[in-house]
Amino acid sequence: MWEYTEKVLDLFYNPKNQGAIEDRDEAGVAVVFGEVGSIACGDALRLHLKIEVDTDRILDSSFQTFGCTSAIASSSALTELVKGITLDEALNISNRDIAEYLGGLPEEKMHCSVMGQEALEAAIFKYRGIEVEQHEDDDGRLVCSCFGVSENKIRRVVIENNLTTVEQVTSYVKAGGGCSSCGAEIEDIIAAVQQEKEVTATRVAAEIAVAQAQNRPLTTVQKIGLIQSVLQEVRPVLIADGGDVELYDVEGDVVKVVLKGACGSCASSTATLKNAIEVRIKERVSPNMIVEAVE
Amino acid sequence: MSAVIYLDNNATTQVAPEVVEAILPYLTQYYGNPSSMHTFGGQVGKAIKQARSQVASLLGAEESEIIFTSCGTEGNNTAIRAALAAQPDRKHLITTSVEHACVLNLFKQLEKQGYTVTYLSVDRKGQLDLMELEAAMTGNTALVSTMYANNETGTVFPVEQIGAIVKEYGATYHVDAVQVVGKLPLNLKNSTIDLMTLSGHKLHAPKGVGALYVRRGFRFRPLLIGGHQERGRRAGTENVVGIVGLGKAAELAQLHLADIQHEKKLRDKLEKGLLAIADTEINGDRKNRLPNTTNIGFKYIEGEAILLSLDQFGICASSGSACTSGSLEPSHVLRAMGLPYTTLHGSIRFSLSRYTTEAAVDRVLEVMPAIVERLRAMSPFNNDQAEWLQDREEAVLGSR
Repeated sequence: MWEYTEKVLDLFYNPKNQGAIEDRDEAGVAVVFGEVGSIACGDALRLHLKIEVDTDRILDSSFQTFGCTSAIASSSALTELVKGITLDEALNISNRDIAEYLGGLPEEKMHCSVMGQEALEAAIFKYRGIEVEQHEDDDGRLVCSCFGVSENKIRRVVIENNLTTVEQVTSYVKAGGGCSSCGAEIEDIIAAVQQEKEVTATRVAAEIAVAQAQNRPLTTVQKIGLIQSVLQEVRPVLIADGGDVELYDVEGDVVKVVLKGACGSCASSTATLKNAIEVRIKERVSPNMIVEAVE
Repeated sequence: MSAVIYLDNNATTQVAPEVVEAILPYLTQYYGNPSSMHTFGGQVGKAIKQARSQVASLLGAEESEIIFTSCGTEGNNTAIRAALAAQPDRKHLITTSVEHACVLNLFKQLEKQGYTVTYLSVDRKGQLDLMELEAAMTGNTALVSTMYANNETGTVFPVEQIGAIVKEYGATYHVDAVQVVGKLPLNLKNSTIDLMTLSGHKLHAPKGVGALYVRRGFRFRPLLIGGHQERGRRAGTENVVGIVGLGKAAELAQLHLADIQHEKKLRDKLEKGLLAIADTEINGDRKNRLPNTTNIGFKYIEGEAILLSLDQFGICASSGSACTSGSLEPSHVLRAMGLPYTTLHGSIRFSLSRYTTEAAVDRVLEVMPAIVERLRAMSPFNNDQAEWLQDREEAVLGSR
């Protein structure tokens, strides 16, 4: 039997926001849904959004899910996460956010959280008139024909979740979980992504070294590279306390970060920002840098 | 949570109280090694002899035809390896697409070692086509290995008819009877079966013990090599506690066979009640089926969600859904039967035992309609005509 968190079980037994949202033709309001999965694959989600047209804000959200315990809980969690935020903010929700909201999922069930993220994108793309067929996930070469998973989709999940094994990829997007004949190809994709990451890191490090040697200001890309390395140092401590931090944007000398989990609601989050993050960024990048949290 | 209602007896069974009583002295008082040359060990040897007699009696076999093993997997592996050793010049094997993993995976390995394997298909009821078997048989066929009854659907294969065809070609016939022993009367005396596997924990004995029937005169080569235990056919100090337990369980099973209709009546009641729920169907051969098993597909909802909902009421059952296992593919048995995906993912197996009460069946019938209704209310699929369902099912099937 799978080990589910209390939150997963609670949302399975008492799901919030289930069902469709009726389109009542209200002025200034649009209703849209996005769907992913299929009954053949064994899980499917239809996510409904009620959107305030002027502000792009999600007023309401609900779900219809065919799937297991974690699929139902992930869908319910997603509807809670998106309520009240704008579509752009919603596009920043990752499958990890859904899993974190649930207090974690068994790794073999992470594909349920990925399904949520995809349904959200499908709904927003549909609302914005972007053809779903042109979405990058569907563009790429098909790697897993059992579950219809493309190379782009595998690359994306590997990058976003820092996956290193075929088994992990299978858990997140099902690829390789059928006849498993694509296992070697998935391994190649993981290796290629890791290599690209290493090359980028090496290049940024080299550029920074040159810039420092020549005593000239860092480019934005160089700044981001250094900021990311500071955040990577801090994250383990925050994660241990049930929180996390993610870089949102860099505008001039202002570093915008998103505080997640326990950090988001923590009274001492300002201290965390200033003492743990800003001080280090000032030291490493530039004494003029300021760190701000965005909602 | 209320008391457990256990309807997952094809997975494992409770150890019978009489079995517990029988094995206790062998955990405490009689701990001698049956191979030892002293009276203390000799007493234990006698207990094993008695167990062998009890198992042989249940199968309608001779004592010398019974080898004790550790489980069904060992029995099946041993039987298949022994059959290959018996006819080393023949390189063709036949099995079915719905076998247990311990048979299917072994055959896959044998394919890598140069054997050719024919996997017989099954129809919508999970039943074999004997013409397909006959067409597959050749003079090069060393072994045919089939289940007696399927663990998921309870569908019973016509083993004696299969065996008769196998014998025409001079091949060996092995039967995995793990789900049948104790549920159907058996008499191997004039059987066409050469080798037959059983497992103790499926018939109220402890886990970790099984037996392999080897027809007298069969050219047998052991899997485990070592001491002279089991007349040199299965080395290793005997699992005395397990063997004594299996013996007692076999004796009880033989007595219970006379009353197996009681289980069947309860199963039928459960099945009838569940079929009253809309959009449900039985998976398997309703005519040739184990008396304790029913496999029901609840359309448009997913198996694990049903199981967890049942679990809330203390009800234990099983599912062929992918989400209940580490695998991402649903049950290979139900897929081989060609079930539509609408039914496949929401299939639940209820398997009863002689300890199942009518009150347990009534409780399932009481809670199941609301569980199905709740999950269907959440599902985006609700009828076979749903456009989304049709499109996606065809798209995925087309890509396979």
